[in-house]
Amino acid sequence: MKTYQSSDYDVIVVGAGHAGCEAALAAAHMGEKTLLLTIGLDMVAFMPCNPSVGGPAKGTVVREIDALGGQMGKNIDATYIQMRMLNTGKGPAVRALRAQADKWQYHEHMKDVIENTPNLTLRQAVADKILVKDGVCHGVITDTGAHYEAKSVVLCTGTSARGRIIIGELTYSSGPDNTIPSIKLPEDLEKHGFKLRRFKTGTPPRVNGNTVDYSKTEEEPGDKTPNFFSFTSKDQDYLQEQIPCWMTYTNEHTHEIIRQNLDRAPMFSGLIKGVGPRYCPSIEDKIVRFADKDKHQLFLEPEGRHTKEVYVGDFSTSMPEEVQLKMLHSIAGLEKAELMRPGYAIEYDVVEPWQLKHTLETKNIAGLFTAGQINGTSGYEEAAGQGIIAGINAALSAQGKPGFTLQRDEAYIGVLIDDLVTKGTNEPYRLLTSRAEYRLLLRHDNADLRLTKYGHQLGLISDDRYQKFLAKKFAIKELQARLQTITVHPTPEVQEYLHGIGQDKMSAGVKAELFLRRPRVTVDDIARLTGEELDYDRYVKEQVEITTKYAGYIKKEEIQVARLHRQEAKKIPADIDYDQIDGLATEARQKFAKIRPESLAQAERISGVNPADLAILSVYIQQGKYQRKQK
Amino acid sequence: MTQVLTEFDTIAAISTPIGEGGISIVRMSGEDAVTIAAKVFRGPDLTKAKTHTIHYGHIFDPQTGQTIDEVMVTIMLAPKTFTRENIVEINCHGGIVVTNHILQLLLANGARMADPGEFTKRAFVNGRIDLTQAESVMDIVRAKTDKSRQVAIKQLSGGLREEIKDLRQEILNTLANVEVNIDYPEYDADQVTAQQMKATSQAVIAKIDRLLKTAQEGKIMRNGLATAIVGRPNVGKSSLLNYLTQGEKAIVTDVAGTTRDTLEEYVSIQGVPLELIDTAGIHHTTDKVERIGVERSKQAIQRADLILLLLDANQTLTPEDLALLDYTKDKKRIIILNKNDLGQTLTTAAIAEKYHSPVVTTSILQQKNLDELEKLIKQLFFAGIENSHDEVMVTNQRQSSLLAKAKQQLQDVVQAVENGIPVDIAQIDFTGAWNTLGEITGESAPDELITQLFSQFCLGK
Repeated sequence: MKTYQSSDYDVIVVGAGHAGCEAALAAAHMGEKTLLLTIGLDMVAFMPCNPSVGGPAKGTVVREIDALGGQMGKNIDATYIQMRMLNTGKGPAVRALRAQADKWQYHEHMKDVIENTPNLTLRQAVADKILVKDGVCHGVITDTGAHYEAKSVVLCTGTSARGRIIIGELTYSSGPDNTIPSIKLPEDLEKHGFKLRRFKTGTPPRVNGNTVDYSKTEEEPGDKTPNFFSFTSKDQDYLQEQIPCWMTYTNEHTHEIIRQNLDRAPMFSGLIKGVGPRYCPSIEDKIVRFADKDKHQLFLEPEGRHTKEVYVGDFSTSMPEEVQLKMLHSIAGLEKAELMRPGYAIEYDVVEPWQLKHTLETKNIAGLFTAGQINGTSGYEEAAGQGIIAGINAALSAQGKPGFTLQRDEAYIGVLIDDLVTKGTNEPYRLLTSRAEYRLLLRHDNADLRLTKYGHQLGLISDDRYQKFLAKKFAIKELQARLQTITVHPTPEVQEYLHGIGQDKMSAGVKAELFLRRPRVTVDDIARLTGEELDYDRYVKEQVEITTKYAGYIKKEEIQVARLHRQEAKKIPADIDYDQIDGLATEARQKFAKIRPESLAQAERISGVNPADLAILSVYIQQGKYQRKQK
Repeated sequence: MTQVLTEFDTIAAISTPIGEGGISIVRMSGEDAVTIAAKVFRGPDLTKAKTHTIHYGHIFDPQTGQTIDEVMVTIMLAPKTFTRENIVEINCHGGIVVTNHILQLLLANGARMADPGEFTKRAFVNGRIDLTQAESVMDIVRAKTDKSRQVAIKQLSGGLREEIKDLRQEILNTLANVEVNIDYPEYDADQVTAQQMKATSQAVIAKIDRLLKTAQEGKIMRNGLATAIVGRPNVGKSSLLNYLTQGEKAIVTDVAGTTRDTLEEYVSIQGVPLELIDTAGIHHTTDKVERIGVERSKQAIQRADLILLLLDANQTLTPEDLALLDYTKDKKRIIILNKNDLGQTLTTAAIAEKYHSPVVTTSILQQKNLDELEKLIKQLFFAGIENSHDEVMVTNQRQSSLLAKAKQQLQDVVQAVENGIPVDIAQIDFTGAWNTLGEITGESAPDELITQLFSQFCLGK
């Protein structure tokens, strides 16, 4: 292919899925001239799998992206068809918001935002090669022969990299949803020495909603109380007419059909070589692994307002189409369902993520970043969370500034990236709340309090929004201070109230702050019982209630965090030569050399490294310090 | 995992060989060393003490007010110390029971048991030791840490280790339930109520209590090795007792009441603390109506950690001997063939082979070969443990203090549930207890929970 010299950019982002969109928007908002390349313009921010955003941990990530100035939260708030708060019966640390998206509107809205963003060019092309000179990436070449120069490049290839779709005996080279796969780029990455591996994921069949008998299923409606992902969304805009989801189950007959056709299942016939995720197994995998379960729950999720396509959630399969039809028709409500798209499995290339720094820049090639599924994750939110970090760092790198990273105690995004670069992953990585050590600190309700300051510093949060945020922060402090001054007296009304919520009576008056620590007591109750005017925004009251009620536990986690910080502060010199350290166990030496941890705290999180190795490493680093002092 | 994270804790350990010498030193290093010492010290205010000063006073138990020992306390403040941290050394009167009691008080008041070699490691990490020493010290750090890990793990008897594993699994099962409800709120698993977490906590607490009570090593550290001297009349029991309790070996003599029936003696044999139990019968050997047969000794044998079984080397085994041999066959025991004259009917080798126990031939009256007996006692005590004094202390107390910590965390769970705290918050201490128990067995697999989650539940998006 004859190439031609095209325009120069500061940042080029390859791939316009959930990671690529956030990366490009962040870089452009930070003032960098940015090019966003996509294989298909009609696939910008598309959801090739489930039509939903959020859920435990993931929903918190969306709020974190929003606090950093990203688009995902605003985008789903503008295009949802149903909103639900999950885990409301549990504590505040694990409450989670989830939205059903209109996936076409979601795509259109994101594309519109990108098209209207200054400094940002959106173009359809397949990136075939990265340009590297002296270990620095300086641009890309596309299939159309365009040669683009850039200061940094972000790769967000999703499942397109040497993608291969499998449906029963049928397999073909393809990106998600029958798009063009990216073949040359992964080959080029291998030439540059990157270690790649194959992962597998899958998606369930879609059926025509007109042919579903919903009377045989259970309705799952949305919430009446408004909740949003973005700090900027307003309660009065909350959607009143939401579209429900529906729940049904597989049965013994379904399982029998699957068992009879296991020899045709690519998962078991050996056709699929990639490693699939444990948490999102195909239905055939579930039947085999959990043979004693007589039914599995399924969710019927509408894919949008103006389509009849319905996503059969939890029914991911790569069985032949013929078998898929039989399986579907065995399920209550789907007896006469018309199949619109068959489910399929897709295999794709990922870059083993231990080859990355916490900034998502590759260790071997400066100026080259990767984000999203290419790093071995799964899920739109995980992709977008990495996307914004990669975009920020690509911009900072182009500006010659130091990188931006988030710690494990600051954000789920921090947990996600640290897990990836420290431990690597042996399956598509999904974020779970149980992966976070400091879950109580990483709540969805305080994502703005944790991260807005960074978004503002980076220039991604406007001054206007920042002022609103500071006002909220101030109101929280003010309410906390007021609760210290108000006294709740043991009046008959108060005693009656306590009795009503199943609490012991009071013997003497207490400060409202102490009174609030009792379970089920709210700020509004205190206002009512004391006649004080505590007229604050509901998010302010919620924040004060949570931090007051769980102060003891929050403190416990903060003590652990303080220790972590002291350990994170012990940096390992980038040029350390592990072969020069006597006494390291071979396994530890190899892992240190491969992962190249940035701090002692990170070294400690590497699996298979024992305390003696850490002691030796720590001693060796201190020695270096000592040497410098001597000079 | 935990080693480096806990690097900034205040650590404590007994830094003199156990039971040997007149003075023992308990040493602490870390930011809070002085404040912790001050909590258990009656005398001048240590928190106002200048660096490198010595203070006279008493160690007392702040909970009971009871005085433990008369001591000299040395205060050395950072940075001019061995570790470059605050160091406190408590010089006490020695003896395993007292020294250990002082250490326990420090642990109860905020110090953590030092890992082997940890003082040296800190000295090193804080740049106190010069560069020429570096490599050799690094070797030591490595050797000591590795060895101590092996020791800690090896020392756990198979049974204890299994039990702790089971406890962790019990917690993990409930924990996975809690987590699946959180991460997959719509998954049709049973909702784990706080009550279930409370029930699991209580069940595990009960088992920890039992472990704390029965954990052999821990008990010995606190009370000494309960030792019963048994044998038929006139075989030399009282001579042996007199030998063991003579002069310097006796630590404490507690004479309760006017009779000597409940007499218990504490002695130290080559640094091994022995609590001689139910020796009453022995002191009554002149009693015409003595019936110190198997019946009389049974109770003592049951309670004992160690049996010293005396046989007459000059005679063939009597039915009474055989009964005692049989009754003590599952116990840790030493068979002593006591010689009264030159002839010897029973041979060491024959008895050792037949009864699978260490055997020693002595003449107690002539005090011959008694040092062999002492060596055997010591060997038995340190069996399966490295023959190094401070490491034995470390690993034993490490276990019991971790068990106590896990118990506390589980008690916090129970209390939280009773106070109506949501399940995912009470779970913080629940997970904590699980991690603490993992420290005992040396297991730390960070993805253990995730793996459990996916193998126990059939999860989908």
